Amino acid sequence: MLLIGTVSVSWYLAVGAVLFVLGAVCMATKRNLLGVLMGVELVLNGANMNFIAFGSKVLRPEGSLGLDGQLIALFVIVLAAAEAAVALAIALNFYNNHNTVDVDRANELNG
Amino acid sequence: MADFVNYILNIEGSWFGYVVAALVAAVLILHVVAVGALLFIWMERKISGRIQDRLGPTRVGGKFGWLQTLADGIKLIAKEDVTPDLADKFLFKIAPYVGLAASYAAFIALPFADGVVGLHINTAVFFVLAVLGLEVFSVILAGYASGSKWSLFGAMREAAQVVSYEVPLGMCVVVPVMICGTMNLTTIANMQAGFLTNWLVFNDPFTFLTAIVYFTCATAGVNRAPFDLAEAESELVAGFHTEYSGLRWSLFFMAEYSSMFIVSALASILFFGGPHGPIPVTEILGFAGDSLGNPGMEAFSEETAKNDGFFAATQFGLILSRIIGVVNLLIKGCIGVTVMMWVRWSFPRLRIDQVMTMCLKYCVPLAAIGFLGATTWQALDLPTGTTLTGSHRYEYHELWTAGLKDKVLLDQDETADSSEAPIPHENDTQTEVNKVPLKTVPVSVLKGGER
Amino acid sequence: MDLIAVAWPYWHQFFFIIFAATAVGFGFGVLLSKNVVRMAFYLVLSLGSTAGLFFLAGAEFVGAMQLMIYVGGTLVLLIFGVMLTAQKDFINMDTHTQDWILATIVGGSLLMVLLFAAFGADDWSTPQDINDAQVEATKEATPLGLALTGIRVDKLGDSGDAVDDGKSGYLMPFIIVSIHLLVVLIGAAYMARTKKLSHATDDKSSRAKLMLFKMEHESEQLEEETYVVTHRGKSALNPLDPQNEN
Repeated sequence: MLLIGTVSVSWYLAVGAVLFVLGAVCMATKRNLLGVLMGVELVLNGANMNFIAFGSKVLRPEGSLGLDGQLIALFVIVLAAAEAAVALAIALNFYNNHNTVDVDRANELNG
Repeated sequence: MADFVNYILNIEGSWFGYVVAALVAAVLILHVVAVGALLFIWMERKISGRIQDRLGPTRVGGKFGWLQTLADGIKLIAKEDVTPDLADKFLFKIAPYVGLAASYAAFIALPFADGVVGLHINTAVFFVLAVLGLEVFSVILAGYASGSKWSLFGAMREAAQVVSYEVPLGMCVVVPVMICGTMNLTTIANMQAGFLTNWLVFNDPFTFLTAIVYFTCATAGVNRAPFDLAEAESELVAGFHTEYSGLRWSLFFMAEYSSMFIVSALASILFFGGPHGPIPVTEILGFAGDSLGNPGMEAFSEETAKNDGFFAATQFGLILSRIIGVVNLLIKGCIGVTVMMWVRWSFPRLRIDQVMTMCLKYCVPLAAIGFLGATTWQALDLPTGTTLTGSHRYEYHELWTAGLKDKVLLDQDETADSSEAPIPHENDTQTEVNKVPLKTVPVSVLKGGER
Repeated sequence: MDLIAVAWPYWHQFFFIIFAATAVGFGFGVLLSKNVVRMAFYLVLSLGSTAGLFFLAGAEFVGAMQLMIYVGGTLVLLIFGVMLTAQKDFINMDTHTQDWILATIVGGSLLMVLLFAAFGADDWSTPQDINDAQVEATKEATPLGLALTGIRVDKLGDSGDAVDDGKSGYLMPFIIVSIHLLVVLIGAAYMARTKKLSHATDDKSSRAKLMLFKMEHESEQLEEETYVVTHRGKSALNPLDPQNEN
């Protein structure tokens, strides 16, 4: 059906949605701190996919976001890099101090 | 190419032509990777031998040992493929393929000559660098999956080193991009057409500096000696490929040699004229025709073939000039690889802290100086050594901002020209460009004045 | 001969299916794999395929940036972190069953909502005719660069208060992001600093200079810092290490 039909924005949105949900579930279920981080990356990519799809003149010549979509995707990528750097620093610090990367054991501040 | 196949078989617009064209391109690039590796390994042995006052291989395949690498290849294929018990089997097996795939994929966007390119990508410079950067994963995965301490140390060093050196590398690559005003490698190469002096390396002193820094960082980026910390034999046995043998081991080397060639070819396109030789023979003889201004010009057009026959549609002069261009680029790439080998057998390996110092204390500041200097040179419009052929850099920039200028100045009368936003690179031809008043003021100056 | 003579102009769909399948498939790989290193590898492939989809949608510059910054920079950093912490107990970590059930229910319903939204609007799900020349022009990176410096060449024909004042460009966000990156780098360097010990300060001044360089340049430099820190932490300077208590 899809192979001879035409790809519309919706299909890209669907891929983005699946990636987003996979990332969200990954964030919720992984116990490894770095696994949670990977979930965050997937979520950001799912969101980025939407921006690209809406900004694409290939998919939607009329009424697309145009450059704005690509620019926001760029900002997301840059900020994701920064976010990963900080999160990794936190993760490594946590590992150095507690000798574990299990998020369930990061419970010192529990009341 | 696809048009050509479809015309020969008399099937218009069929999928078959595209598939055949893709396969031909893929196989050609595969030959650059595989045959290139054979040649380079032989060269490495001969060069190292000569540098160390030895003869190198002399027996297999005649006096100069031409077939030594082939013999080794057969030996490696026949060798047992050992996987250590402690290894992560899946990652261990897949790691060499990742590296080979990455360095192979970088060839997609690398133009061997005007129009001889797997895929026209407008951001080809970044694409090549980005895909080449993925090669680091093969080393990291191999190092981790081997389940050996030596391998893991090698992988750690590689990760730290490659990611650090990408920073000065990127800063160096931005300089030609800035001067030419495009990220399209074909356009950058074509701007340097003409005599030797038109190469960007002679543009101004800062581009010369940048070219040297680029080559240094590229050597480190592809993990070559004296930066080959990941496989330091004296410390880490064999580094990340300690546990590999046979075909998988040879795949690592194929990837290494082909990425060496890619960074050399990229250097030649960015700084050393790319497919244009020191003396523009083809342009003087008029083979290339008017193809220089039209990056997308095809050597064969299906429409002309239909109307005027096969021979009218095929531009043999253009094809010949492109073949010469490919040969030029291959020679330049090989010279770059040779220099890398020369460096490898002349300098001792650095320590890891020296590698990091080299990157952060020398390469990054030098690249920054080169970048700032080249920018200033362009902004002040100082005399340059090059006359970039068909350089539309200011004109292009003017085009992008021309409408804006009208808008700012005329304000009310914006229906006239500004509403049709000009599309540069599309209307590449001279007549279209002439419609807009040309200025030789760099866009930065203009912009600074306006804002 | 009949078969090969078929005109088949559906390359976009073909490559879309390939890239989408690999992106989603390896996304599932990330979710379902228990081994953290394999998760990282699947993530690399998934994000690489996403970059392919970006190329397909005409965003070549963003695709190349995704490969360069995201896959080549951020994920190398991530894998680096994985390798530093991949000790025996942490490579394979099981998830509690109740977590799985809950996450599947919530995630499934979220997916339903998102897919419903994606295919709900006719404007999105109806394919539009494409003008090739127009498409090629949008693949240029120059408008992107100019937009980052505050000039919107694609909106020259527009008018309105925001456009006339030059507010349609992205100069301000660009600067904000730059400052944000700087703050992030300083923060990360602070978080990952070496714990102060007497013999750790031998080369303090040179390390401070190094750190300055790193802050001024790219976030990827952080990796070097963590490398130094963790290796020291593991070898001689880790206060938690019982071997170093004297």
